[in-house]
Amino acid sequence: MEKPVVPQGIMTKCPRCGKPIYTKLLLKNLKTCECGYYFKVSAYERLAMIIDNNDFKEFDPQLFTRDPLDFPGYGDKLVKTQLQTGLVDGLVTGLGRIEGEPVMVGIMDSSFFMGSMGTAIGEKLTRMFERAIKEHLPVIIFTASGGARMQEGIFSLMQMAKVSAAAARHSEEGLLYITVLTDPTTGGVTASFAMLGDVILAEPGALIGFAGPRVIEQTIGQKLPEGFQRAEFLLEHGFVDRIVERHELKSTLGALLKLHRQHDLHKAEAMELAGNEPG
Amino acid sequence: MDITPWQKVKLARMPVRPTGLDYITKLFDGFLELHGDRFFGEDRAIVGGLAFFEEIPVTVIAQQKGRNTKENIARNFSMPHPEGYRKALRLMKQAEKFKRPVICFIDTPGAYCGIGAEERGQGEAIASNLAGMMMLKTPVISIVISEGGSGGALALGVSDRVYMLEHAIYSILSPEGFASILYKDAAKAEQAAKDMKLTAQDLYKFGIIDGIIPEPPGGAHNDYEFVMDRVRKVLKENLEELIRKPVDRLLEERYEKFRRL
Ligand SMILES: [Zn+2]
Repeated sequence: MEKPVVPQGIMTKCPRCGKPIYTKLLLKNLKTCECGYYFKVSAYERLAMIIDNNDFKEFDPQLFTRDPLDFPGYGDKLVKTQLQTGLVDGLVTGLGRIEGEPVMVGIMDSSFFMGSMGTAIGEKLTRMFERAIKEHLPVIIFTASGGARMQEGIFSLMQMAKVSAAAARHSEEGLLYITVLTDPTTGGVTASFAMLGDVILAEPGALIGFAGPRVIEQTIGQKLPEGFQRAEFLLEHGFVDRIVERHELKSTLGALLKLHRQHDLHKAEAMELAGNEPG
Repeated sequence: MDITPWQKVKLARMPVRPTGLDYITKLFDGFLELHGDRFFGEDRAIVGGLAFFEEIPVTVIAQQKGRNTKENIARNFSMPHPEGYRKALRLMKQAEKFKRPVICFIDTPGAYCGIGAEERGQGEAIASNLAGMMMLKTPVISIVISEGGSGGALALGVSDRVYMLEHAIYSILSPEGFASILYKDAAKAEQAAKDMKLTAQDLYKFGIIDGIIPEPPGGAHNDYEFVMDRVRKVLKENLEELIRKPVDRLLEERYEKFRRL
Protein backbone atom coordinates (compact mmCIF):
# COMPACT_ATOMS: atom_id res chain seq x y z
CA MET A 1 0.00 0.00 0.00
CA GLU A 2 1.57 3.26 -1.11
CA LYS A 3 0.68 6.29 0.96
CA PRO A 4 2.20 9.74 1.19
CA VAL A 5 4.83 9.85 3.89
CA VAL A 6 5.77 13.14 5.47
CA PRO A 7 9.51 13.50 4.88
CA GLN A 8 11.62 13.40 8.04
CA GLY A 9 15.26 13.93 8.81
CA ILE A 10 17.66 11.03 9.23
CA MET A 11 17.72 11.66 12.96
CA THR A 12 14.85 12.48 15.28
CA LYS A 13 15.44 13.96 18.69
CA CYS A 14 13.51 12.58 21.67
CA PRO A 15 11.73 15.52 23.26
CA ARG A 16 11.95 13.94 26.71
CA CYS A 17 15.54 12.70 27.07
CA GLY A 18 17.04 14.65 24.16
CA LYS A 19 18.68 11.57 22.65
CA PRO A 20 18.93 11.58 18.84
CA ILE A 21 17.45 8.44 17.28
CA TYR A 22 17.76 7.15 13.72
CA THR A 23 14.34 7.89 12.23
CA LYS A 24 14.24 4.45 10.59
CA LEU A 25 15.03 2.80 13.90
CA LEU A 26 12.35 4.91 15.57
CA LEU A 27 9.72 3.43 13.26
CA LYS A 28 11.03 -0.07 13.92
CA ASN A 29 10.69 0.62 17.65
CA LEU A 30 7.05 1.62 17.09
CA LYS A 31 8.01 5.24 17.65
CA THR A 32 9.06 4.80 21.24
CA CYS A 33 12.29 5.96 22.86
CA GLU A 34 14.36 3.88 25.29
CA CYS A 35 13.47 6.43 27.96
CA GLY A 36 9.83 5.42 27.67
CA TYR A 37 8.70 8.40 25.61
CA TYR A 38 5.95 7.71 23.08
CA PHE A 39 6.11 9.74 19.90
CA LYS A 40 2.83 10.58 18.23
CA VAL A 41 1.84 8.09 15.57
CA SER A 42 0.17 9.05 12.31
CA ALA A 43 -2.84 7.09 11.13
CA TYR A 44 -0.89 5.23 8.43
CA GLU A 45 2.02 4.52 10.78
CA ARG A 46 -0.47 3.04 13.23
CA LEU A 47 -1.95 0.88 10.50
CA ALA A 48 1.46 -0.48 9.68
CA MET A 49 2.02 -1.31 13.35
CA ILE A 50 -1.30 -3.07 13.85
CA ILE A 51 -2.67 -4.60 10.65
CA ASP A 52 -1.30 -7.93 9.37
CA ASN A 53 1.08 -7.29 6.45
CA ASN A 54 -0.27 -3.74 6.30
CA ASP A 55 -2.95 -5.28 4.07
CA PHE A 56 -5.81 -2.82 4.48
CA LYS A 57 -8.87 -2.04 2.42
CA GLU A 58 -9.54 1.62 3.08
CA PHE A 59 -13.13 2.95 3.18
CA ASP A 60 -14.21 6.34 1.86
CA PRO A 61 -10.64 7.64 1.41
CA GLN A 62 -11.85 10.72 -0.45
CA LEU A 63 -14.67 11.70 1.90
CA PHE A 64 -14.20 15.32 2.94
CA THR A 65 -16.13 17.96 4.85
CA ARG A 66 -18.57 20.20 3.02
CA ASP A 67 -17.82 23.11 5.42
CA PRO A 68 -21.42 23.20 6.67
CA LEU A 69 -21.21 26.64 8.34
CA ASP A 70 -19.38 28.17 5.40
CA PHE A 71 -16.96 29.30 8.08
CA PRO A 72 -14.63 32.21 7.23
CA GLY A 73 -11.17 30.98 6.25
CA TYR A 74 -11.89 27.29 6.93
CA GLY A 75 -11.81 26.18 3.30
CA ASP A 76 -8.33 27.59 2.73
CA LYS A 77 -7.02 26.16 5.97
CA LEU A 78 -8.39 22.74 5.04
CA VAL A 79 -6.60 22.71 1.70
CA LYS A 80 -3.37 23.82 3.35
CA THR A 81 -3.61 21.11 5.98
CA GLN A 82 -4.47 18.48 3.38
CA LEU A 83 -1.36 19.38 1.40
CA GLN A 84 0.78 19.44 4.53
CA THR A 85 -0.37 16.10 5.92
CA GLY A 86 -1.34 14.16 2.82
CA LEU A 87 -4.63 13.39 4.57
CA VAL A 88 -8.12 14.30 3.39
CA ASP A 89 -9.31 14.63 7.00
CA GLY A 90 -8.21 13.37 10.40
CA LEU A 91 -9.35 9.75 10.20
CA VAL A 92 -8.57 6.60 8.26
CA THR A 93 -11.09 3.72 8.28
CA GLY A 94 -11.07 0.33 6.67
CA LEU A 95 -10.94 -3.43 6.86
CA GLY A 96 -7.96 -5.58 7.70
CA ARG A 97 -6.81 -8.44 9.90
CA ILE A 98 -5.11 -8.43 13.27
CA GLU A 99 -3.39 -11.73 14.08
CA GLY A 100 -5.57 -13.29 11.44
CA GLU A 101 -8.86 -11.95 12.80
CA PRO A 102 -10.90 -9.77 10.43
CA VAL A 103 -11.79 -6.38 11.91
CA MET A 104 -12.86 -2.89 10.90
CA VAL A 105 -10.45 -0.26 12.15
CA GLY A 106 -10.68 3.51 12.48
CA ILE A 107 -7.58 5.54 13.30
CA MET A 108 -7.64 9.23 14.11
CA ASP A 109 -4.67 11.39 13.17
CA SER A 110 -3.90 14.23 15.54
CA SER A 111 -1.78 16.04 12.94
CA PHE A 112 -4.95 17.06 11.09
CA PHE A 113 -6.64 19.98 12.89
CA MET A 114 -5.49 18.40 16.16
CA GLY A 115 -7.60 15.35 15.43
CA SER A 116 -10.75 17.38 15.92
CA MET A 117 -14.00 15.72 14.89
CA GLY A 118 -16.07 17.33 12.18
CA THR A 119 -18.62 15.98 9.75
CA ALA A 120 -16.10 14.01 7.67
CA ILE A 121 -14.88 12.04 10.67
CA GLY A 122 -18.40 11.57 12.01
CA GLU A 123 -19.66 10.30 8.66
CA LYS A 124 -16.74 7.93 8.11
CA LEU A 125 -17.07 6.43 11.58
CA THR A 126 -20.82 6.02 11.19
CA ARG A 127 -20.40 4.33 7.82
CA MET A 128 -17.79 2.00 9.31
CA PHE A 129 -20.14 0.94 12.13
CA GLU A 130 -22.96 0.42 9.65
CA ARG A 131 -20.71 -1.69 7.42
CA ALA A 132 -19.56 -3.66 10.44
CA ILE A 133 -23.18 -4.40 11.36
CA LYS A 134 -23.87 -5.64 7.83
CA GLU A 135 -20.75 -7.76 7.70
CA HIS A 136 -21.02 -8.83 11.31
CA LEU A 137 -17.54 -7.67 12.24
CA PRO A 138 -15.91 -6.14 15.31
CA VAL A 139 -14.71 -2.53 15.31
CA ILE A 140 -11.56 -1.01 16.80
CA ILE A 141 -11.08 2.76 16.98
CA PHE A 142 -7.83 4.47 17.90
CA THR A 143 -8.74 7.89 19.26
CA ALA A 144 -6.47 10.96 19.15
CA SER A 145 -8.41 14.16 19.31
CA GLY A 146 -8.50 17.63 20.72
CA GLY A 147 -12.31 17.47 20.62
CA ALA A 148 -14.78 19.14 18.32
CA ARG A 149 -13.90 20.77 14.98
CA MET A 150 -14.76 24.31 16.01
CA GLN A 151 -15.15 25.50 12.42
CA GLU A 152 -18.03 23.08 11.95
CA GLY A 153 -19.88 24.31 15.02
CA ILE A 154 -23.17 22.65 15.85
CA PHE A 155 -22.65 20.06 13.09
CA SER A 156 -19.55 18.92 14.89
CA LEU A 157 -21.60 18.53 18.09
CA MET A 158 -24.20 16.45 16.25
CA GLN A 159 -21.49 14.00 15.11
CA MET A 160 -21.23 12.92 18.75
CA ALA A 161 -24.86 11.80 18.68
CA LYS A 162 -24.57 10.29 15.21
CA VAL A 163 -21.48 8.17 15.89
CA SER A 164 -22.72 7.14 19.35
CA ALA A 165 -25.98 6.02 17.73
CA ALA A 166 -24.15 3.87 15.21
CA ALA A 167 -21.96 2.40 17.96
CA ALA A 168 -25.07 1.63 20.04
CA ARG A 169 -26.66 -0.20 17.09
CA HIS A 170 -23.48 -2.16 16.51
CA SER A 171 -23.53 -3.10 20.19
CA GLU A 172 -27.17 -4.21 19.99
CA GLU A 173 -26.09 -6.76 17.38
CA GLY A 174 -23.82 -8.33 19.97
CA LEU A 175 -20.70 -7.20 18.15
CA LEU A 176 -17.41 -6.25 19.79
CA TYR A 177 -16.19 -2.66 19.88
CA ILE A 178 -12.78 -1.80 21.30
CA THR A 179 -11.40 1.69 21.75
CA VAL A 180 -7.71 2.47 22.13
CA LEU A 181 -7.26 5.89 23.68
CA THR A 182 -4.04 7.57 22.62
CA ASP A 183 -2.53 10.93 23.46
CA PRO A 184 -4.56 13.15 23.52
CA THR A 185 -8.22 12.10 23.70
CA THR A 186 -10.41 14.95 24.91
CA GLY A 187 -13.66 16.83 24.46
CA GLY A 188 -16.44 15.57 22.25
CA VAL A 189 -14.58 12.40 21.30
CA THR A 190 -14.18 11.39 24.96
CA ALA A 191 -17.81 12.32 25.58
CA SER A 192 -19.02 10.03 22.79
CA PHE A 193 -17.58 7.01 21.01
CA ALA A 194 -14.24 6.87 22.90
CA MET A 195 -16.03 5.92 26.11
CA LEU A 196 -18.50 3.49 24.53
CA GLY A 197 -16.12 0.59 23.91
CA ASP A 198 -16.91 -2.84 25.34
CA VAL A 199 -13.24 -2.82 26.16
CA ILE A 200 -11.37 0.46 26.58
CA LEU A 201 -7.59 0.34 26.26
CA ALA A 202 -5.17 3.24 26.64
CA GLU A 203 -1.55 3.92 25.82
CA PRO A 204 0.60 4.75 28.87
CA GLY A 205 0.64 8.41 29.82
CA ALA A 206 -2.05 9.41 27.29
CA LEU A 207 -4.01 12.52 28.22
CA ILE A 208 -7.66 11.52 28.40
CA GLY A 209 -10.47 13.75 29.61
CA PHE A 210 -13.62 15.65 28.85
CA ALA A 211 -12.35 19.16 29.55
CA GLY A 212 -8.81 20.08 28.62
CA PRO A 213 -6.46 20.70 31.58
CA ARG A 214 -6.10 24.40 30.75
CA VAL A 215 -9.86 24.92 30.74
CA ILE A 216 -10.15 23.20 34.12
CA GLU A 217 -7.31 25.27 35.58
CA GLN A 218 -9.03 28.42 34.40
CA THR A 219 -12.38 27.29 35.81
CA ILE A 220 -11.17 26.27 39.26
CA GLY A 221 -8.36 28.80 39.50
CA GLN A 222 -5.70 26.34 40.63
CA LYS A 223 -2.97 24.14 39.22
CA LEU A 224 -3.87 20.53 38.52
CA PRO A 225 -2.00 17.76 40.30
CA GLU A 226 0.72 15.78 38.50
CA GLY A 227 -0.69 12.91 36.46
CA PHE A 228 -4.23 14.33 36.38
CA GLN A 229 -6.18 13.00 33.37
CA ARG A 230 -3.40 10.66 32.34
CA ALA A 231 -4.24 7.08 31.34
CA GLU A 232 -3.07 5.82 34.76
CA PHE A 233 -5.44 8.28 36.48
CA LEU A 234 -8.35 6.99 34.43
CA LEU A 235 -7.45 3.39 35.22
CA GLU A 236 -7.33 4.31 38.91
CA HIS A 237 -10.80 5.86 38.67
CA GLY A 238 -12.27 2.94 36.79
CA PHE A 239 -12.72 4.36 33.30
CA VAL A 240 -10.12 2.34 31.39
CA ASP A 241 -9.91 -1.47 31.25
CA ARG A 242 -6.19 -1.78 30.60
CA ILE A 243 -3.16 0.32 29.89
CA VAL A 244 -1.23 -1.39 27.11
CA GLU A 245 2.37 -0.71 26.10
CA ARG A 246 2.69 0.08 22.43
CA HIS A 247 4.72 -3.04 21.64
CA GLU A 248 2.02 -5.21 23.22
CA LEU A 249 -0.91 -3.51 21.53
CA LYS A 250 -1.17 -5.75 18.49
CA SER A 251 -1.01 -8.98 20.51
CA THR A 252 -3.52 -7.65 23.05
CA LEU A 253 -5.97 -6.69 20.30
CA GLY A 254 -5.44 -10.06 18.65
CA ALA A 255 -6.19 -11.86 21.92
CA LEU A 256 -9.34 -9.80 22.50
CA LEU A 257 -10.56 -10.49 18.96
CA LYS A 258 -9.98 -14.23 19.39
CA LEU A 259 -11.89 -14.18 22.68
CA HIS A 260 -14.84 -12.61 20.89
CA ARG A 261 -14.82 -14.71 17.74
CA GLN A 262 -18.38 -15.23 16.58
CA HIS A 263 -19.84 -18.29 18.24
CA ASP A 264 -21.32 -19.87 15.13
CA LEU A 265 -17.96 -19.68 13.39
CA HIS A 266 -16.34 -21.11 16.47
CA LYS A 267 -18.77 -23.98 16.61
CA ALA A 268 -18.43 -24.71 12.90
CA GLU A 269 -14.69 -24.93 13.30
CA ALA A 270 -14.99 -27.14 16.35
CA MET A 271 -17.35 -29.45 14.49
CA GLU A 272 -15.04 -29.59 11.53
CA LEU A 273 -12.24 -30.58 13.85
CA ALA A 274 -14.39 -33.23 15.50
CA GLY A 275 -15.43 -34.55 12.08
CA ASN A 276 -11.79 -34.92 11.06
CA GLU A 277 -11.02 -37.09 14.02
CA PRO A 278 -10.83 -40.78 13.31
CA GLY A 279 -13.59 -43.04 14.67
CA MET B 1 -36.08 45.11 14.51
CA ASP B 2 -33.79 42.12 14.08
CA ILE B 3 -32.00 40.84 17.13
CA THR B 4 -28.32 40.04 16.48
CA PRO B 5 -26.86 36.65 17.49
CA TRP B 6 -24.84 38.32 20.24
CA GLN B 7 -27.97 40.01 21.60
CA LYS B 8 -29.62 36.62 21.62
CA VAL B 9 -26.73 35.20 23.62
CA LYS B 10 -27.23 37.91 26.23
CA LEU B 11 -31.00 37.53 26.16
CA ALA B 12 -30.78 33.76 26.57
CA ARG B 13 -28.64 34.22 29.67
CA MET B 14 -30.95 36.69 31.43
CA PRO B 15 -31.81 35.39 34.90
CA VAL B 16 -35.39 36.68 34.59
CA ARG B 17 -36.17 34.21 31.83
CA PRO B 18 -38.33 31.23 32.81
CA THR B 19 -36.14 28.40 34.14
CA GLY B 20 -36.65 24.65 33.97
CA LEU B 21 -38.65 24.57 37.20
CA ASP B 22 -40.93 27.35 35.94
CA TYR B 23 -41.91 25.14 33.01
CA ILE B 24 -42.30 22.13 35.27
CA THR B 25 -44.59 23.87 37.75
CA LYS B 26 -46.65 25.70 35.14
CA LEU B 27 -47.09 22.96 32.54
CA PHE B 28 -47.30 19.81 34.66
CA ASP B 29 -49.50 18.62 37.50
CA GLY B 30 -48.33 16.98 40.70
CA PHE B 31 -44.60 17.06 39.99
CA LEU B 32 -42.84 14.56 42.23
CA GLU B 33 -39.09 15.09 42.22
CA LEU B 34 -36.83 12.03 42.29
CA HIS B 35 -33.22 12.46 43.34
CA GLY B 36 -29.85 10.85 42.88
CA ASP B 37 -27.92 8.73 40.40
CA ARG B 38 -27.73 5.62 42.67
CA PHE B 39 -23.93 5.63 42.34
CA PHE B 40 -22.43 8.73 43.82
CA GLY B 41 -24.82 11.50 44.65
CA GLU B 42 -27.45 14.05 43.85
CA ASP B 43 -26.76 16.82 41.34
CA ARG B 44 -29.02 19.80 41.76
CA ALA B 45 -28.01 21.24 38.38
CA ILE B 46 -30.50 18.74 36.94
CA VAL B 47 -34.02 18.37 38.27
CA GLY B 48 -35.98 15.24 37.42
CA GLY B 49 -39.14 13.46 38.39
CA LEU B 50 -42.66 12.36 37.57
CA ALA B 51 -45.72 14.41 36.75
CA PHE B 52 -48.89 14.49 34.73
CA PHE B 53 -48.98 16.37 31.47
CA GLU B 54 -52.57 16.81 30.30
CA GLU B 55 -53.43 13.73 32.38
CA ILE B 56 -50.66 11.58 30.86
CA PRO B 57 -47.96 10.43 33.31
CA VAL B 58 -44.57 11.58 32.06
CA THR B 59 -40.95 11.79 33.19
CA VAL B 60 -39.69 15.34 33.11
CA ILE B 61 -36.04 16.38 33.35
CA ALA B 62 -34.66 19.93 33.38
CA GLN B 63 -31.32 21.65 33.67
CA GLN B 64 -31.86 24.29 36.29
CA LYS B 65 -30.34 27.75 36.50
CA GLY B 66 -30.70 29.89 39.61
CA ARG B 67 -32.29 33.31 39.81
CA ASN B 68 -29.67 34.73 42.13
CA THR B 69 -26.16 33.96 43.32
CA LYS B 70 -27.29 31.77 46.18
CA GLU B 71 -29.54 29.66 43.97
CA ASN B 72 -26.88 29.52 41.29
CA ILE B 73 -24.32 28.21 43.72
CA ALA B 74 -26.75 25.49 44.83
CA ARG B 75 -27.44 24.64 41.18
CA ASN B 76 -23.81 25.02 40.12
CA PHE B 77 -24.97 27.54 37.49
CA SER B 78 -26.76 24.66 35.75
CA MET B 79 -23.48 22.98 34.89
CA PRO B 80 -24.07 19.31 35.66
CA HIS B 81 -21.55 16.84 37.04
CA PRO B 82 -21.51 13.23 35.82
CA GLU B 83 -24.01 12.22 38.51
CA GLY B 84 -26.52 14.69 37.04
CA TYR B 85 -26.33 12.98 33.65
CA ARG B 86 -26.47 9.55 35.28
CA LYS B 87 -29.54 10.57 37.24
CA ALA B 88 -31.17 11.77 34.01
CA LEU B 89 -30.42 8.48 32.26
CA ARG B 90 -31.67 6.50 35.25
CA LEU B 91 -34.98 8.37 35.12
CA MET B 92 -35.22 7.88 31.37
CA LYS B 93 -34.73 4.11 31.71
CA GLN B 94 -37.36 4.12 34.42
CA ALA B 95 -39.68 5.94 32.01
CA GLU B 96 -38.97 3.30 29.38
CA LYS B 97 -39.90 0.54 31.80
CA PHE B 98 -43.21 2.15 32.66
CA LYS B 99 -43.85 3.32 29.09
CA ARG B 100 -43.91 6.99 29.99
CA PRO B 101 -42.81 9.67 27.52
CA VAL B 102 -39.80 11.79 28.53
CA ILE B 103 -39.66 15.57 28.29
CA CYS B 104 -36.34 17.38 28.71
CA PHE B 105 -35.77 21.10 29.20
CA ILE B 106 -32.24 22.08 28.17
CA ASP B 107 -30.62 25.13 29.73
CA THR B 108 -26.91 24.91 30.48
CA PRO B 109 -23.70 26.78 29.65
CA GLY B 110 -22.14 23.28 29.43
CA ALA B 111 -21.17 20.27 31.50
CA TYR B 112 -19.02 21.25 34.48
CA CYS B 113 -15.26 21.33 33.98
CA GLY B 114 -13.53 20.43 37.24
CA ILE B 115 -11.49 17.86 39.11
CA GLY B 116 -14.40 15.86 40.53
CA ALA B 117 -16.20 15.86 37.19
CA GLU B 118 -13.15 14.34 35.52
CA GLU B 119 -12.50 11.85 38.33
CA ARG B 120 -16.05 10.59 38.04
CA GLY B 121 -16.03 10.38 34.25
CA GLN B 122 -17.81 13.35 32.72
CA GLY B 123 -16.98 12.02 29.27
CA GLU B 124 -18.30 8.54 30.04
CA ALA B 125 -21.49 9.96 31.56
CA ILE B 126 -22.31 12.11 28.52
CA ALA B 127 -21.38 9.31 26.10
CA SER B 128 -23.68 6.89 27.92
CA ASN B 129 -26.55 9.36 27.67
CA LEU B 130 -26.05 9.83 23.94
CA ALA B 131 -26.11 6.09 23.30
CA GLY B 132 -28.78 5.44 25.94
CA MET B 133 -31.19 8.08 24.66
CA MET B 134 -30.78 6.85 21.10
CA MET B 135 -31.94 3.36 22.11
CA LEU B 136 -34.65 4.45 24.56
CA LYS B 137 -37.90 2.61 23.77
CA THR B 138 -40.20 5.50 24.64
CA PRO B 139 -40.86 8.93 23.08
CA VAL B 140 -38.51 11.77 24.05
CA ILE B 141 -39.01 15.47 23.39
CA SER B 142 -36.35 18.08 24.20
CA ILE B 143 -36.74 21.84 24.28
CA VAL B 144 -33.79 24.22 24.47
CA ILE B 145 -35.37 26.91 26.61
CA SER B 146 -32.43 29.32 26.89
CA GLU B 147 -28.85 28.13 26.58
CA GLY B 148 -27.77 24.87 24.98
CA GLY B 149 -24.06 24.56 25.64
CA SER B 150 -22.05 21.79 24.02
CA GLY B 151 -22.08 18.10 24.94
CA GLY B 152 -23.57 19.08 28.27
CA ALA B 153 -26.75 20.08 26.42
CA LEU B 154 -26.68 17.29 23.84
CA ALA B 155 -26.65 14.76 26.70
CA LEU B 156 -30.36 15.60 27.15
CA GLY B 157 -30.98 16.25 23.48
CA VAL B 158 -30.89 12.97 21.56
CA SER B 159 -34.64 13.00 21.12
CA ASP B 160 -37.48 12.31 18.69
CA ARG B 161 -38.25 16.00 18.60
CA VAL B 162 -35.97 18.91 19.43
CA TYR B 163 -37.40 22.41 19.71
CA MET B 164 -35.87 25.75 20.64
CA LEU B 165 -37.41 28.90 22.02
CA GLU B 166 -37.22 31.82 19.60
CA HIS B 167 -34.29 33.50 21.35
CA ALA B 168 -32.55 30.41 22.69
CA ILE B 169 -29.06 29.47 21.53
CA TYR B 170 -27.48 26.05 20.97
CA SER B 171 -23.78 25.70 20.19
CA ILE B 172 -20.62 23.64 20.32
CA LEU B 173 -19.12 26.00 22.92
CA SER B 174 -19.82 29.40 24.45
CA PRO B 175 -19.02 32.26 22.04
CA GLU B 176 -16.42 33.44 24.57
CA GLY B 177 -14.71 30.05 24.61
CA PHE B 178 -14.97 29.79 20.85
CA ALA B 179 -13.40 33.23 20.37
CA SER B 180 -10.53 32.46 22.71
CA ILE B 181 -9.76 29.22 20.86
CA LEU B 182 -10.21 30.30 17.25
CA TYR B 183 -9.56 34.05 17.40
CA LYS B 184 -7.20 33.88 20.39
CA ASP B 185 -9.23 36.66 21.96
CA ALA B 186 -12.26 36.14 24.21
CA ALA B 187 -13.29 39.73 23.52
CA LYS B 188 -14.22 38.70 19.99
CA ALA B 189 -17.21 36.78 21.35
CA GLU B 190 -19.61 38.97 19.44
CA GLN B 191 -17.99 38.03 16.14
CA ALA B 192 -17.92 34.39 17.24
CA ALA B 193 -21.63 34.43 18.04
CA LYS B 194 -22.25 35.49 14.46
CA ASP B 195 -19.84 33.02 12.80
CA MET B 196 -20.94 30.05 14.92
CA LYS B 197 -24.55 30.17 13.73
CA LEU B 198 -26.06 29.35 17.09
CA THR B 199 -29.54 30.86 16.90
CA ALA B 200 -32.79 28.88 16.75
CA GLN B 201 -33.33 30.31 13.27
CA ASP B 202 -29.94 29.02 12.04
CA LEU B 203 -30.47 25.58 13.53
CA TYR B 204 -33.94 25.29 12.08
CA LYS B 205 -32.60 26.21 8.67
CA PHE B 206 -29.92 23.52 9.04
CA GLY B 207 -32.56 20.93 9.90
CA ILE B 208 -30.99 20.30 13.30
CA ILE B 209 -34.13 21.25 15.23
CA ASP B 210 -37.76 20.49 14.44
CA GLY B 211 -39.26 23.84 15.23
CA ILE B 212 -39.04 27.24 16.90
CA ILE B 213 -41.36 28.21 19.74
CA PRO B 214 -42.29 31.92 19.55
CA GLU B 215 -41.56 34.30 22.41
CA PRO B 216 -43.50 37.45 23.25
CA PRO B 217 -42.08 40.83 22.14
CA GLY B 218 -38.79 41.49 23.98
CA GLY B 219 -38.38 37.90 25.13
CA ALA B 220 -39.86 35.10 27.23
CA HIS B 221 -39.47 36.98 30.53
CA ASN B 222 -42.02 39.59 29.44
CA ASP B 223 -44.95 37.19 29.42
CA TYR B 224 -44.56 33.76 31.02
CA GLU B 225 -48.12 32.73 30.16
CA PHE B 226 -47.52 33.44 26.47
CA VAL B 227 -44.52 31.12 26.46
CA MET B 228 -46.19 28.41 28.52
CA ASP B 229 -49.16 28.30 26.17
CA ARG B 230 -46.91 27.89 23.16
CA VAL B 231 -44.78 25.20 24.82
CA ARG B 232 -47.87 23.34 26.01
CA LYS B 233 -49.23 23.29 22.48
CA VAL B 234 -45.96 21.96 21.04
CA LEU B 235 -45.71 19.25 23.70
CA LYS B 236 -49.30 18.22 23.25
CA GLU B 237 -49.17 17.96 19.47
CA ASN B 238 -45.92 16.05 19.43
CA LEU B 239 -46.81 13.69 22.26
CA GLU B 240 -50.07 12.78 20.59
CA GLU B 241 -48.19 11.90 17.45
CA LEU B 242 -45.23 10.12 19.08
CA ILE B 243 -47.24 8.01 21.50
CA ARG B 244 -49.05 6.36 18.58
CA LYS B 245 -45.90 5.32 16.80
CA PRO B 246 -44.76 1.71 17.09
CA VAL B 247 -41.48 1.59 19.04
CA ASP B 248 -39.51 0.17 16.10
CA ARG B 249 -40.52 3.05 13.91
CA LEU B 250 -39.86 5.56 16.64
CA LEU B 251 -36.29 4.27 17.05
CA GLU B 252 -35.71 4.08 13.31
CA GLU B 253 -36.81 7.67 12.83
CA ARG B 254 -34.78 8.88 15.80
CA TYR B 255 -31.68 7.22 14.33
CA GLU B 256 -32.30 8.71 10.89
CA LYS B 257 -32.87 12.15 12.36
CA PHE B 258 -29.27 12.30 13.58
CA ARG B 259 -27.85 10.02 10.89
CA ARG B 260 -28.43 12.54 8.11
CA LEU B 261 -26.53 15.35 9.90
ZN1 LIG C 1 13.80 9.54 25.09
